[in-house]
Amino acid sequence: MKYIEGKTGPWEVVIGLEVHAQIISKAKLFSGADTSFGAEPNTQVSFVDAGFPGMLPVINTFCVTQAIKTGLALNAKINERSVFARKNYFYADLPSGYQISQFEHPIVGLGYLDIELENGETKRIGITRLHMEQDAGKSFHDQHPTKSYIDLNRAGVALMEIVSEPDLRSSEEVMAYLKKLRALLRCLETCDGNMEEGSMRADVNVSLRRPGEPFGTRAEIKNVNSIRFAGQAVEYEIARQMEILEEGGTIVQETRLFDSAKNETRSMRSKEHAQDYRYFTDPDLPPLILTKEEIEAVKASMPELPDSKKARFMSEYGLPSYDAELLSGEKENALFYESAVKSSTSKSTKLISNWMLGELFAVLNKMNLALKDSPISAENLAKLVDLITTDVISGKIAKDVLLIMAETSDDPEKIVEEKGLKQVTDTGAIEKIIDEVLSANPDKVTEYRSGKDKLFGFFIGQIMKVMSGKGNPGMINDILKKKLDA
Amino acid sequence: MTDLCKITLAKALEGLKAKEFSATELTKAHVSRMEDLSNLNAFITTTPELALQEAQKSDERIQKGEALPLDGIVIANKDLFCTQNVRTTAASKILENFIPPYESTVTQKLKDAGTISLGKLNLDEFAMGSSTLTSHFGSSVNPWRSKKFPDKKLFPGGSSGGSSAIVAAYGALGVTGTDTGGSIRQPASFCGIVGLKPTYGRCSRRGIVAFASSLDQAGPMARTVEDTAILLKVMAGFDPNDATSVNMPVPDYASVLKDGIKGKKIGIPKEYLVEGLDAEMDDFWKKGMKWLEENGAEIINISLPHTKYALPTYYILAPAEASSNLSRYDGVRYGSRVEGSSLDELYENSRSAGFGSEVKRRILIGTYVLSAGYYDAYYLKAQKLRSLISQDFTKAFEKVDMILTPTTPTAAFAIAIGEEPKDPVSMYLNDIFTVTTNLAGLPGISVPCGLSNDGLPLGLQLIGKPFGEEDLIRAGYVIEQAAGFTPLEFKEKY
Repeated sequence: MKYIEGKTGPWEVVIGLEVHAQIISKAKLFSGADTSFGAEPNTQVSFVDAGFPGMLPVINTFCVTQAIKTGLALNAKINERSVFARKNYFYADLPSGYQISQFEHPIVGLGYLDIELENGETKRIGITRLHMEQDAGKSFHDQHPTKSYIDLNRAGVALMEIVSEPDLRSSEEVMAYLKKLRALLRCLETCDGNMEEGSMRADVNVSLRRPGEPFGTRAEIKNVNSIRFAGQAVEYEIARQMEILEEGGTIVQETRLFDSAKNETRSMRSKEHAQDYRYFTDPDLPPLILTKEEIEAVKASMPELPDSKKARFMSEYGLPSYDAELLSGEKENALFYESAVKSSTSKSTKLISNWMLGELFAVLNKMNLALKDSPISAENLAKLVDLITTDVISGKIAKDVLLIMAETSDDPEKIVEEKGLKQVTDTGAIEKIIDEVLSANPDKVTEYRSGKDKLFGFFIGQIMKVMSGKGNPGMINDILKKKLDA
Repeated sequence: MTDLCKITLAKALEGLKAKEFSATELTKAHVSRMEDLSNLNAFITTTPELALQEAQKSDERIQKGEALPLDGIVIANKDLFCTQNVRTTAASKILENFIPPYESTVTQKLKDAGTISLGKLNLDEFAMGSSTLTSHFGSSVNPWRSKKFPDKKLFPGGSSGGSSAIVAAYGALGVTGTDTGGSIRQPASFCGIVGLKPTYGRCSRRGIVAFASSLDQAGPMARTVEDTAILLKVMAGFDPNDATSVNMPVPDYASVLKDGIKGKKIGIPKEYLVEGLDAEMDDFWKKGMKWLEENGAEIINISLPHTKYALPTYYILAPAEASSNLSRYDGVRYGSRVEGSSLDELYENSRSAGFGSEVKRRILIGTYVLSAGYYDAYYLKAQKLRSLISQDFTKAFEKVDMILTPTTPTAAFAIAIGEEPKDPVSMYLNDIFTVTTNLAGLPGISVPCGLSNDGLPLGLQLIGKPFGEEDLIRAGYVIEQAAGFTPLEFKEKY
C-alpha cells in the first residue's frame, strides 16, 4: 500500500518521528541526583536541578557513553565534538528557565534503522540525529482548585532525542519503527522503553502530499506514550488531513495532542504562537570532545544487536526468519531461548523454538506473566523438549506436563516419573492393547477394511484412551496399520 | 586597637604567627571598625558574632600549633558568593531574603584556610554596573574625596564597590570580588587598592550568583600586591563541580613577588590611546612604562586591532548570558514572590518587583539579541568579534609577556553620588580597558599608581598571558614600589 486513494486521487503519507528516550543511568545528566522512578515527590532533587543560584551543571559521562552506544547501534556517525545549548522558556517545572540540550552540534549524526514489515519486506528508515538533553519536572494541575503542584524528581534526568528522517509512510511503519527502536534500546540497556511510565515518548510529524509533489504542511502530535496510540494517532491524522485537503482546505502547522479515550488528535497550539527558544551555547559547559579511542572502546563493549542476533539464530540454529525475528527482537526472549538450547541434550533447536513461542507463551499469556517471571525455567523447557525427542513422552502428554510445570515450577522428569506419564514403547504391550481394541470393535474393523479409511483415527483414539495417552504415537500408528491391512 | 586595622594582610599573618596579637583581637578591631565605617554602606549583611566565634576557633588552632595557612585573617565577601546559612542577595530585592543552604567553592576555600569573614559586601545588583548605584541596598561610598569637591560623596566604582571601599578604608585585610567586565579592577583603581582578576577557569564559579558565565571570574582585592597574591593562592584551584574550571596546579603566588621583571617584554597597545583618555591618566601610563623599563623590562609597541569592538561585543554577550542566567529568579522556588492569578502573572509580578531597572534593561537587551531574526546580527556577530579580540591577544603574546594599559580612561570616578549620568552608555564606557581581558579570558591586575590633581587614586592595569598571574604579581609589585603610592589617610570615619 504505497498510496492512499482519496476521493480526488491518490495521497502519499509522510511521517517523521522524534523519540524521547530516557537514558538508563543512576544519576541525572548534569547532577548527581538519583533517578529511580516512583520516589516521593521532590526527594531526588539537587540544588543544580532546582536551579539554585550559582549551581553549575557537570556532565555525567556515563550518559554520554549510553548516547554513543545508541548512536552506534543506529549505524550513525558519532561526532567527536558536540555542544550543549540552552533552550530558553519559562515554565514552573523548568527550574533554570532553560533546558540544556544540543542544538546545532548533536553528539550523533546521520544513521539508519531497518524495520521489518508485515509483508516480510525490510525498509530502511533514515536517522537524522540523536542528541542529549535534560528532562523537565512534572506539573500537576488537578491536586488543588487554584494551585499547581510541581515535582522536580524528573527535572534534569537524561534524555536522548532520536529524530528520524521523514521516511515513514503508514501507521504500520510507524509502529514497526517504534517496536524496533524500543527493542534496540532495551537490548543496549540505554533506555528501558517503558512508554507507560513515560521513559519513552514519541512526537509524530504527519503530512500528506500528492505523489511526486513536495512535502505538505505537517502537524506534530506530541508526547504519544504507546506504540498502539502512535498507530491510532497517525490513522486519525491521515483521515483528518485528507478530509481537509480534499475539500480544498489547507493544513495548519501546529502541535496536536492525541486523546486516547476519544481516539482523536486535538490542536494544542499553532505555529503563530510558537515560542522563541533563543538557543545559544551553554557557557557553563565546554564542548563535549570525544576521541576516536573513546568511541572505539564503546564500540568494543557493545552487546550483540537484534539484527545480527537474528541472522545468527537463522544460521546457527537453523531457524526460519519468523522464529529468529521473534526470538531476537526482545532481549529476554533471546536469553531464554539460548539458555534452553544450551542446556538441552537433544539440541532440537526448532522444536525448542516451537515450544517456547507456542505453548510456553500461550501459558504465560494466560497467566498474565512476562517471560522474566516465567515459572518454567529455560532449563526445564529444554528438558521437556528432550523428553519428547527421546520418546519418553508424547507431544500430547508434554502439553499436560507443561501445565503442571507452570503451576509447580517442577522439573518435567520428576513430573513424568511421579505421575507415571512415561510413554509405552514396548511393542508387545502396544500390540496387546491394539488386539483388544480391534476385537472389541469387529464391525468397525470390517467397515475400515471395506474402504472407510477415516476410521483409522477412531482406532487411534480408542487405543490412546486405553493407554491414557501414554502410548508412543508412531509405534501405535505403525502396528495398527499393519494389523488392519493384514 | 585600630592599629590592627592599619596593617597589611601579610603583616597580620606575621603578627598572628608571632602571637603579637590574637585572632580574636584582630577580629574585634575590625568588628568595631565596621561600625565606625557604617556610613560607607559597604556591607549588605554583617556577621560580627559569627566572626568572633570563628576567631576563637582560630586562636585555639594557633595555640595548639595547628594554624591553617590564613588562620585569623579578617576578610569579607562580595555578596555574590553564596554563603551557607548567611543571607546572599546579589544586591537584588528578588534575593533579599535568600539564605543559601550551601557555600561557594571560593569562600569555602577561604574558610578552610582559616579566614574570618565579617559579612557580605555591597555591589551593583547582580554585579551589573560600575558604581554600586544599582544596588537594591543603596550605593556604597568611596572613602576618598576629591580636593575639588570635598563635600561630595563619590562612588567607589563597581560592581565590587563595597569590596573596594571597605579595603581602602582599612575595614578588612582583604576581600573577594568578582569581575565580569572590570568589576574587580575598576573599583580597585577608584579606591586606590590592588585588584586581580585571574584567568578564566582559575577560580571556581560554583556558588557565585551568575551574571555572564563565560566572563565571570572571582578574584582577590587588597591593599598591596603581596596581600592579593596571598589571597589568590587560597581562592584558586580546580573544582570538579565547575566544568569550566581548569585543572592546573596553583603556584605560591606570593613567593615570586620580588622576582623582578628583568628581560620581560611589556606591550603597549596603541589602540588604548582612546579619545576621552584623561591627560593625567595618560601621563601615569607613560610613567608606568618608565618604571618597568628602569627595572629591566623592554617596552614594545603592539597593536590589538579589534579593541574598538570590545565594548559593544561585551554589551551584547554579557546581557545575552545574563538574560538566560536570571530566568531562574521567577518567584517559584526561592526568593521573593509576588502572587498572580496565573503562572505568567506570577512571573511578571515577581520579576517586575524583584529586579531593578539596570537588571531589567540588560535582560531586555539580552533577550533581544538572542531572539529569532536578531541572533545572527547581534549575538553571532559578537561571538565572532570575541574570537577576533582573543586572537589579537594571542598574536600580541607571541611578542610580549604582558600588556600595560590604564585601568580606566578617566582620573578616578569623578561622579558624585546623586549626579550620575542618566544615559547608561556613558557609564558603560568606564569598562573600555577592562572588558577585553574578560572577552579573552586573560588575567589582569590593577595597581594604584598615583593621585590625580584632584587627589583621587589612579590605577594601571597589567594584562597577562593565560595563567600568567605570577608575571602580573611580579610586574605589579615593581609598579607598586616605583609609584610609591600614598594610600588613603587612616581616619576613624570617612
